[in-house]
Amino acid sequence: MSNVSNDANESASNDQPQSTNRRKFLTVATSVIGGVGAVGAAVPFVASWNPSAKAKAAGADVEVDISGVAPGQLIRVMWRSKPVWIVRRTPELLASLEAVEGDLRDPNSDNEQQPVYAKNRYRSIKEEYLVLVGICTHLGCSPQHLTDGAFSEYAEGVPEGFFCPCHGSKFDMAGRVFKAVPAPLNLVVPPHQFLSDTTVLIGSDA
Amino acid sequence: MKQLLLAIALVVLSLLSNVALAAGSSVPLDKANYDLTDQASLQNGARIFMNYCLGCHQQQYQRYSRTFEDLGVPAELGQEYLQFTGEKVTDYITTPMPQDAAATWFGAPPPDLTLVARVRGADWLYTYLRTFYVDDSKTFGVNNLVFPNVGMPHVLQELQGTPRIAYEDALIDGEVVPQYVGIKSDGDGELSPDEYDKAILDLVNYLEYTGEPSRLSSEKIGKGVLVFILIFFVFAYLLKKDYWRDVKK
Amino acid sequence: MNGLLNWIEQRIPMMRVANMHAIQYPAPVNLNFWYVFGFLATIVLVNQIVTGIWLTMNFEPSAERAFASVEYIMREVDYGWLIRYMHSTGASAFFIVVYMHMFRGMIYGSYQKPRELLWVFGMLIYLALMAEAFMGYVLPWGQMSYWGAQVIVSLFSAIPVIGPDLVIWIQGDYVISGATLNRFFALHVIALPLVIVILVFLHIIALHEVGSNNPDGIAIKHKKGSLAEEDKTSYEIHEYYTGKYDIADDVVPFFPHVVLKDLVAFSIFLAGFAYVLFFAPEMGGKFLEHPNFEIANPLKTPEHIFPVWYFTPFYAILKAVPDKLFGVLAMFGAIAALFAMPWLDRGNVRSWRYRCGLHKWNLIVFAIVFIFLGYLGGTPQENWKIIASQIATVMYFGFFGLLWIYSKNEKTKPVPERITK
Repeated sequence: MSNVSNDANESASNDQPQSTNRRKFLTVATSVIGGVGAVGAAVPFVASWNPSAKAKAAGADVEVDISGVAPGQLIRVMWRSKPVWIVRRTPELLASLEAVEGDLRDPNSDNEQQPVYAKNRYRSIKEEYLVLVGICTHLGCSPQHLTDGAFSEYAEGVPEGFFCPCHGSKFDMAGRVFKAVPAPLNLVVPPHQFLSDTTVLIGSDA
Repeated sequence: MKQLLLAIALVVLSLLSNVALAAGSSVPLDKANYDLTDQASLQNGARIFMNYCLGCHQQQYQRYSRTFEDLGVPAELGQEYLQFTGEKVTDYITTPMPQDAAATWFGAPPPDLTLVARVRGADWLYTYLRTFYVDDSKTFGVNNLVFPNVGMPHVLQELQGTPRIAYEDALIDGEVVPQYVGIKSDGDGELSPDEYDKAILDLVNYLEYTGEPSRLSSEKIGKGVLVFILIFFVFAYLLKKDYWRDVKK
Repeated sequence: MNGLLNWIEQRIPMMRVANMHAIQYPAPVNLNFWYVFGFLATIVLVNQIVTGIWLTMNFEPSAERAFASVEYIMREVDYGWLIRYMHSTGASAFFIVVYMHMFRGMIYGSYQKPRELLWVFGMLIYLALMAEAFMGYVLPWGQMSYWGAQVIVSLFSAIPVIGPDLVIWIQGDYVISGATLNRFFALHVIALPLVIVILVFLHIIALHEVGSNNPDGIAIKHKKGSLAEEDKTSYEIHEYYTGKYDIADDVVPFFPHVVLKDLVAFSIFLAGFAYVLFFAPEMGGKFLEHPNFEIANPLKTPEHIFPVWYFTPFYAILKAVPDKLFGVLAMFGAIAALFAMPWLDRGNVRSWRYRCGLHKWNLIVFAIVFIFLGYLGGTPQENWKIIASQIATVMYFGFFGLLWIYSKNEKTKPVPERITK
């Protein structure tokens, strides 16, 4: 710094190459540090858009009593303000799942749309109970549960499944997507666990 | 010019410190040497709060879960030993006492204590909680030195014992005059005077924490930010020098 | 790339404006540290606007929810506490830099001809800023918010005949209430910021029309053809200025020279700002007052109530006058006197460097009296303070009176032709 003030009398026209380099270095360094500072200052503003403690508290795990669910019945619960379906599948329905696999896009659930413990044909922990986030993987509508042959109108020979009214996506009774529909992926299986035979906790793994 | 600025800065600073002193009460306040990094102290403070204060006062802006997390208490343990109200660990710290009923019993609803340390200051709280004394003329049988005619019972009496204003005979101008020497417990409480002071300090520490839960992380981030600004200053200063040395002076 | 820039330039004069008002703007070479506060005020304004926008994302302007929503921001929104403290610290920082900026204008005569309107725009910004700060302080709905609003709004009741009705109209209720909070919120987040931004824009336009003053208080622009070629600046200055005037070799371009100087000042300012923000956001109860951490209670006035520190000089003047109407008049008169500075000062020399010794002392005493009034207005009432604040009030107005008298036939020092090296 002392040598800077020593040649303070030199005019702008006869810059030495050395000082030009120094100036270049200082300009770049100051800009970079300033840029880092600006990005750092932006962090709190970006982060403040994350779900707040209130939103997280409202999105906490949900305990569901499933003792009253009859075979074949579907119940809906709210988890993180989203519909979650719990379906108690009959043995016949479970048996029929294999038959449609030829028409499915991802029959083996290779895409990570489910926790590892639900990566099986039934996409569930207990074969009987299917737990799904009821949101179509296309554009976020909630599909309808069509039973008693109503679904075969859309998928020949399949009596029961999920049909999305928005853009016609179809899913089987394990939430697996059919070929040739707009939805790209199987329905999401949320993290869940069975606290007992009659209670399921949605939101966290065992 | 520079001296003038310095003088002005000094005047402003001295005024600010004057103001800080003037905000006290008539009784000299004891210094509360609380330590927000002392989690054991904070946990004990929380325990005292939940057991003795929460019966009437709430902390309706603070969640149990946040408190447990910041105090290093696992949620399950916290729910078992520290949470007596609400169902979920994410609930706010609210009192079971109905507030409108409380208003008729005490004249006014017991104030929310989330921010009490920021309203009163730690020293005030530390002194206040240690200067209850027996005064049978009052509704609750006690009075307080820093908060005269306080409308609150001495809920910590089972810890402190019965507190009485203590006088000692002193010789002034050849006459024996009783001199006020402080507040002494009858010794019928669970804690010794030193233990009681420590318990109150823990409680004040906890209240200081709930007043501003961001304090610790704020100071941590602040140090980094100041170092960063210093580095930026050095480079900005050198660059400015570099450009200005070309300017004829 | 160049083609695109040209295409844009032919349709909107971006580079021309940037060159004219920033890059090739001629700034006097002798600008000292007093000249950084305008830049800093702009930075703080941006800070207030950005953090303010972010606060409105979670603040709920109702009497029931306002206090709780501020605590929600402080506790439950990620970094909400940081954004809130940036805003509350920024409010005080704004007044610190604005007071320094104003005093700079006073000591170097930046309000004198031809900068009268520049000064008046500045004063209008100050006035709008005071309204903005006052309404912002009401929003957290603490005890000081409520009772401060009560006192300030009651000032209008001093107006003869219509006063009491006017107060009710401002409040939208018979007391300060949720209705008041809601309209103050609207004014605080939309109306006044808009006014301030427009005024700042006009302030800068006016500044660039008449040019920056400097510590010598002399012109850097000279009549066309009056300067020899070697006396003209060798820096590239925009033809908007060189076309009309000869620019003396007393200037540097705003960019990079002045910008770099401002950047150094900015980093020093930022260090102080960050220190308060992270380590002492309450600033001993001066920036955030202790009673304001208690929710507004219309049944209980806090023991001592004062406005925030930046209003306390005027509050002291209000209290010094033992008559409601005249107290209010004195308070507004204190601000009005500042507006009138360009016409109260009848001198021809700008900078206090070349003015009489009395002028120098007058300014210094004025600054001390202003700070002293601030102290009196911001501390609990005591007997000696009544007399003291009356004396200080007289001295406050005495500054303007004296200035008006001695500036008529003032004995000044010789003013240099060119900026002193």
